[in-house]
Amino acid sequence: MSVDSQFVHKIWNDVELSRMVEGGVPFAMASDSGGSIGRVYGVYSEEAGVDVRGRFLIDPDGVIQAMEVLTPPVGRNVSETLRQIQAYQLVRKSGGTQATPSGWKPGGKVLNPNIDLVGNVWKEWNPKDVYGK
Amino acid sequence: MTDKKAGCSVPSAKVANSDSEGLPVQTDMVKEEKSMTVMVGKKAPDFTAPAFHKGEFKQVKLSDHLGKWVALCFYPGDFTFV
Repeated sequence: MSVDSQFVHKIWNDVELSRMVEGGVPFAMASDSGGSIGRVYGVYSEEAGVDVRGRFLIDPDGVIQAMEVLTPPVGRNVSETLRQIQAYQLVRKSGGTQATPSGWKPGGKVLNPNIDLVGNVWKEWNPKDVYGK
Repeated sequence: MTDKKAGCSVPSAKVANSDSEGLPVQTDMVKEEKSMTVMVGKKAPDFTAPAFHKGEFKQVKLSDHLGKWVALCFYPGDFTFV
């Protein structure tokens, strides 16, 4: 989603992006001309007249679970976005009984928060396990 | 959502429940209700927007995707570098 028209999206996809990704962009490229959607999401820059790099993860109930906003020169990390979706899917499947600690990856240690875990996370999880230091 | 032909008159992006005629005169209470601060744990504001998708122009609506996870990404502009 950017303030460009759907027509410019098409040309960008056809002349450039389809040369990076076979078959072109697989998802919808939406136009926020005028920035009305970006304004509501808090990512529209009135000065620059564009939407800055905002990313929102919205769950199946339409609730925002995560958001990240970057200034223009730094690109996103799609692997991190996918990791967060996988983590939220695990939490949702558990009915909210499980939580994924810092640095969690699919298959990694999951915590079951309860009264016995208070003050005892150190027995269950160590930063060395995921960060190596 | 019906697909629209690409023509000179095309629908523009629109936030659900917003007034397309611009900011209406309203009381402070209503303003507060309409400010819709985006926050984790809160409902994502619904919207419709014209889009290009797999070779076609169409309208997309956020609430059409209820039941699925959605990654909504904003970016400064087409043909920017990163």
